[in-house]
Amino acid sequence: MPLAHRLYDNALVLAPTGRLDHDNCEAFREELAPHLERCARERTSIVLDLSGLEYVSSAGLRCFMLAAKQAKAQSSRIVIASMQPVVAEIFQIARFNLVFEAYPKVRDALASLSPGAAAAFDRG
Amino acid sequence: MRVRFWGTRGSIPVALTSADIRDKVAVALMRAGGRQFASIGEAYDYATQHLDFSLTHTFGGHSACVELETGQDDYFVCDMGSGARPFGAHVLARQSGRPATVNVFMSHVHWDHIMGFPFFGPAYVAGTRIRIHGCHDVIEHAFRLQQAPPCFPVEFAQLAADIEFVRLTPGKAYETSGVRVTPQPQMHSGDSFGYRFEAQGRTFVYTTDSEHKLENRAQTDRFVQFFRDADLVVFDAMYSLADAISVKADWGHSSNIIGVELCQMARVKHLVLFHHEPAYDDATIEGVLRETQRFEELTRGTQALKVSAAYDGLEIDV
Repeated sequence: MPLAHRLYDNALVLAPTGRLDHDNCEAFREELAPHLERCARERTSIVLDLSGLEYVSSAGLRCFMLAAKQAKAQSSRIVIASMQPVVAEIFQIARFNLVFEAYPKVRDALASLSPGAAAAFDRG
Repeated sequence: MRVRFWGTRGSIPVALTSADIRDKVAVALMRAGGRQFASIGEAYDYATQHLDFSLTHTFGGHSACVELETGQDDYFVCDMGSGARPFGAHVLARQSGRPATVNVFMSHVHWDHIMGFPFFGPAYVAGTRIRIHGCHDVIEHAFRLQQAPPCFPVEFAQLAADIEFVRLTPGKAYETSGVRVTPQPQMHSGDSFGYRFEAQGRTFVYTTDSEHKLENRAQTDRFVQFFRDADLVVFDAMYSLADAISVKADWGHSSNIIGVELCQMARVKHLVLFHHEPAYDDATIEGVLRETQRFEELTRGTQALKVSAAYDGLEIDV
């Protein structure tokens, strides 16, 4: 799964696309790992921009859960932005809405992390 | 083949409180909005057709006990939770004095799965034959122990029925009274076993107290094979997925999401959510059912999966 990424001040936006399920969840975890390490090194947080994610299975949700645990252990945070309606429903049914802060837009998510991140987003 | 649910609650029996009943009645009266009913039948029809299931019924409180009726004289039942008490009354009423043969299949011997046996009426009737099947080597010990002083006034040895313990081998099919039964090892504290019952061209899978580790692809494949093309799967859906893989990981239970995914992979026809969390009230369980049905819609492939929630008294023809 391609994982586009962009840094806004102290927040890293990662954008998985397509489907995240049993078949590609391990590849996704491998893609995610260096970003989590970077967050630990540089004390940044992560926004998962899910606007391009069409479907997530239990195995994909588990990847998000493990990433959130790792981020918390390294005093970082992961927040979610721009979920498609289907993915938002799956989050709610799986009660992941109680685990993750979710925002309608990437900018909202960045603003929840720091004013600097939101300002960097506004500068484009 | 018919599956009849005598106990559906997980971990410990629960009962509706007087406040629960008052609240249900009060909400039902509000919903009726002053409507008049000419007969009890008319009121019954209104309640059935226009009010939520959780308002007019309860998912029930007995712990695990599920009967499989095969059309044979012998009885088949999974687990001896507190639902074994009404199941026993059913057997006695149906037998009308004739001795019964009851085949019990034990998922494991945690207390909620054996606690009904001391109240299982047929165990006190001479001539009754009870065959308790399972893969653990501690089943007889557990059944005797819970009736030993000071826990219960009637010791196991005093029971009048002819009680036999039959050790099964995981993965090995066993045939009895026209039913083929295959036990499957499951992840649970002290191990548990699911059962695949095949008779008359139909398949029923009973799988409770079973945790599924998403990272273990081999385990997933094994369960897909175990469920393969089943007509009915009774599945431990005690927790939400978020709880099952975080704060309640390694507690030995599963979620509605995993149940749907495994059944879809195995092309199962009907999934029944079972082993309800004791902290959940009826409205919560009904909400979980609706969400699970919606999840099935969202993730459906070429074959629809029917999703139900078990309740004490539910009967399903397979």
